[in-house]
Amino acid sequence: MPQLGESVVEGTVSKWLKNEGDVIKEYDPIMEVATDKVTTEVTASASGTLLKILIGEGITVAAGTLLGWIGQQGEVLADSGEAVSHAVAHTPTSNVQLPTSNFKLQTSKELGFISPVVAKLAAEHKVDLAQINGTGINGRITKKDVLAFVESNQDKAKVEELAPWERPGDGDLFRPPELQMMQTQLQTSNFKSQIPAQSVQPPQPPRAPAPQPLAGDTTMPLSQMRKSIAEHMVRSKHTSPHVTTVFEVDMSKVTAHREANKAMFARDGVNLTFTAYLIAAIVPALKAYPMANSVFAGDSLLLKRDINIGMAVSLGDDGLIVPVIKRADEKSLLAIVRDVNDLASRARSKQLKPDETQGGTFTLTNHGISGSLFATPIINQPQCGILGAGAIQKRVVVINDAIAIRPMMYLSFAFDHRVLDGATADYFVAKIKEVLEGWN
Amino acid sequence: MELSNELMLEMYYAMLRSRRLDERAWVLHRQGKIVFHISGMGHEASQVGAAFALQVGKDWLSPYYRDLALMLCFGFTPREFMLSLYGKQGEVSSGARQMPSHFGLRRANVISTGAPVATQIPHAAGIGLGMKLRGADSVVLTCIGEGSTSQGEWYEGLNWAAVHKLPVICIVQNNQYAISVPAHLQMAIANVADRAAAFGMPGVVVDGNDVLAMYHAVKEAVDRARKGDGPTLIESKTYRPVPHSSDDDDRSYRTREEVEQWKKRDPILRFKNHLEEKKILATKINEDYESKIRAEVDDAQKFAEAAPYPTIEWAMGPVYATEAYHA
Amino acid sequence: MPEMTLIEALRQAMDEELARDECVFITGEDVGPRGGVFRATQGLFEKYGAKRIIDSPLAELSIVGIGIGAALYGMRPICEIQFADFIFPAFNQILNEGARMFYRSGGEWAVPMVIRAPYGGGVGGGLYHSQSVESFFAHIPGLKVVIPSNPKDAKGLLKSAVRDPNPVIFLEPKKGYRLIKGQVPEGEYTIPIGPANVSREGSDLSVYAYGIMHHYCLQAAEKIASEGISVEVIDIRTLLPLDKTTILNSVKKTGKALIVHEDNLTGGYGGEIAAIIADEAFTDLDAPVRRLGAPDIPGVPFSHPLQDWFMPNVEKIATAMRELANY
Repeated sequence: MPQLGESVVEGTVSKWLKNEGDVIKEYDPIMEVATDKVTTEVTASASGTLLKILIGEGITVAAGTLLGWIGQQGEVLADSGEAVSHAVAHTPTSNVQLPTSNFKLQTSKELGFISPVVAKLAAEHKVDLAQINGTGINGRITKKDVLAFVESNQDKAKVEELAPWERPGDGDLFRPPELQMMQTQLQTSNFKSQIPAQSVQPPQPPRAPAPQPLAGDTTMPLSQMRKSIAEHMVRSKHTSPHVTTVFEVDMSKVTAHREANKAMFARDGVNLTFTAYLIAAIVPALKAYPMANSVFAGDSLLLKRDINIGMAVSLGDDGLIVPVIKRADEKSLLAIVRDVNDLASRARSKQLKPDETQGGTFTLTNHGISGSLFATPIINQPQCGILGAGAIQKRVVVINDAIAIRPMMYLSFAFDHRVLDGATADYFVAKIKEVLEGWN
Repeated sequence: MELSNELMLEMYYAMLRSRRLDERAWVLHRQGKIVFHISGMGHEASQVGAAFALQVGKDWLSPYYRDLALMLCFGFTPREFMLSLYGKQGEVSSGARQMPSHFGLRRANVISTGAPVATQIPHAAGIGLGMKLRGADSVVLTCIGEGSTSQGEWYEGLNWAAVHKLPVICIVQNNQYAISVPAHLQMAIANVADRAAAFGMPGVVVDGNDVLAMYHAVKEAVDRARKGDGPTLIESKTYRPVPHSSDDDDRSYRTREEVEQWKKRDPILRFKNHLEEKKILATKINEDYESKIRAEVDDAQKFAEAAPYPTIEWAMGPVYATEAYHA
Repeated sequence: MPEMTLIEALRQAMDEELARDECVFITGEDVGPRGGVFRATQGLFEKYGAKRIIDSPLAELSIVGIGIGAALYGMRPICEIQFADFIFPAFNQILNEGARMFYRSGGEWAVPMVIRAPYGGGVGGGLYHSQSVESFFAHIPGLKVVIPSNPKDAKGLLKSAVRDPNPVIFLEPKKGYRLIKGQVPEGEYTIPIGPANVSREGSDLSVYAYGIMHHYCLQAAEKIASEGISVEVIDIRTLLPLDKTTILNSVKKTGKALIVHEDNLTGGYGGEIAAIIADEAFTDLDAPVRRLGAPDIPGVPFSHPLQDWFMPNVEKIATAMRELANY
């Protein structure tokens, strides 16, 4: 099982594309593997016969787990072929570089020495050691401390053993805010942590009773990605107070530019899309209003240095995914277009690399593709704003007191009102509008 | 007391049997079939003479590693000896946990012996103490080489035997070499038996290659001990015509001439001549003995070769006894 | 229930066993009319006579060697070594013969004997009347090693040792001979060799000890109980075979282990117990496994303050317990 992302520790075998006994060539896709971040095809790292499949479809295993064997027909496998789960290992099928250290529990404070029994009890009772005050020497957490903590928490709702797709992941799309802050803390090394020891827990909504199916109803099981999306959306709404502000943009200059340059771009092998212009226009606006490129950190804002713009790509029934154009501010329109083409197509063919959905600081959702005029999108946590672009429609507008027909587009900017006020948000969108309307 | 012809022929047979079995062991070792043999060749008269003065089943033995002839007289069989050479399952002294010639035979009251020399002497004194405390009229015979009499164990055991007048007969089989160390480097006296006075017990020097002389000396000591008159130290003067063990090369410490000289005084040859002179041993009888013994030795070898090895479970234990014999 | 000292309990045990089984006898230096230098056998010579209580020559090797021989004969000897410091001449007999006899004879020859010796310091005995020797013997499979800490256990365990078909090294904490008093049940009873005893239940740390150190550990545990520290104390009692189950159950409960002995720290038996705990209770450990032993010098110094510095005592043990509890 490859490690599909820096902090991802497990994945699910969604689909075997080959069967036991099939002859395989190196680089043939042989399976699809999914995490809550991304679904990826895994290709064969060698030619031969798929001798044995160890992990079946739908099963989630730790990164590094042996999934199967490719060898010569009739070869006897060295071991009994039992699946052994490792946090780190080298596996015959992995073509992803695995880290050399075990997954470390990321916590927000120095825990000190953890004795064997403390580690065991913490694992057994699913205790976050960061929440315990140690009374041992040098403040270490003792066995008694753990047991006392467990006892005092007995009234609180127990964390049930959730299936991996029911647990929040820690990719950008789905990482809870407090852990995202850890990730970003690593990225901006000169930023001193002012994160409180207690992690900020979003308030939990009261659970509605599960709906009962009536005769004739069909139960359609949700995919893991769909479940992750659902969970993230709820959490996003409960984290950020969403306000949407809508602007109208005259896209005639952009349209003209596009008409004029489409063919030339096509010769370079790229498809010049409106999405590219939008991304290119967001860049100067984020530069002018860096607060829109920030992360809420409790008692401060983390202003991101990089401008990494994610673009939401629909995967139809399977859900949606948000590949990120990294350092968009350093890219020409051509470069952005290439990125857009490449990422969008690989997103749809499930060939995104794990890091390509990470690190975004702002998101564009081109909901107009499907005909929507304006919308109230949900912020992609832990960002503070998401720009929705509606359908470009020729409309009657008034210019210099005269009636004109122009290709118009609504920009719906949903923002986190903890970070931005209406005024700043509006200035930000106005800037985008300015760039698009002034394109040449 | 004169011994009957039958008895003397039995003695002769016993010596011959031990010798032929012993020789076969050397052959097997040089053939690479067994890994170790420590011989009793040359000692047959010392041991057979002593054995015939004891009562098997009543008297106890605390032997040492050259006592093959003595053991055979106490009921140890060639098959059992061969099992020990080959290290096979069912080996009676140790279950093949020990090297060959670490004798022990429960059914004949022969206690188990190990390798550290002279430890059997205090054991013999302890057995004698038990016999005395329980009022048995048994005796215990213990044997040792002259080299091992330098060990403190020998002194302390015999000291006890003398102090408490225990029914112990200690035969020092002086074959003149302790591996390569000659007797004169082992002690400053000419006879080990001279030390008996220091303990306060009788000491007797005997021609160990004269089976009848040995018989009479041991018989006298046994009678004394049974009466409650205490221990006796008997020194049998003999010779070791072979190296210390299959691992020893005696060419480095003595001449072939010396060995040849002593071979002429071989105890079995000597007794054979004696019996033939007395017309007790006819050639035919001797031939019969030889072929009977030969058949027995061949059978013993085949038997041991066919026997299985002990199991790994047997190596593991048991280490602790759950019961012990009660006097 | 009558109260008596450790030495009285031991004497009672021997008295009762001598009465119960005719094959039991005692031998050692000064055990007869003198009644033993510590009076362990006082009055027994008068009661049972010279055939049961036998003064031995001044030769520890032979005390044990004769004992082994007698045990092989079916007697039940109790061999006293006057001070454990002087047991070493008998080392060969104990380890090479006594311990290995049953295994090496394929289970044919058991050695049902007891070797008793006073051990331990704090009595102004200097280097040669204060030694702890248990770790040498607990190393050899085939022996049993028993160390009682109180009169009730001493009597019950010594009786079991006499009846055990294996050689038992029975070490008695001499400082506790008259110092440790306790209640001893009336009537016939034995305490089995093997099981350790949880003498004090607790939850914060497990303390393992034997001999007089166990006595001190109980005192130290009482002392720091008032500080809110709950100490569980285990009296090991039998070092070989070791009761791993009781030892591990305790540390799995408390998470912290301290082993206390008056032997030198390095190579002391605490190391073996610590290794077992670290190996088999690793995931239950909340602190490093600690040992409190004596300094690694070649013996207990004579001069009073030097001896006090050497010996573990209640204060030192309490300090070690506190440190571990606070870890």
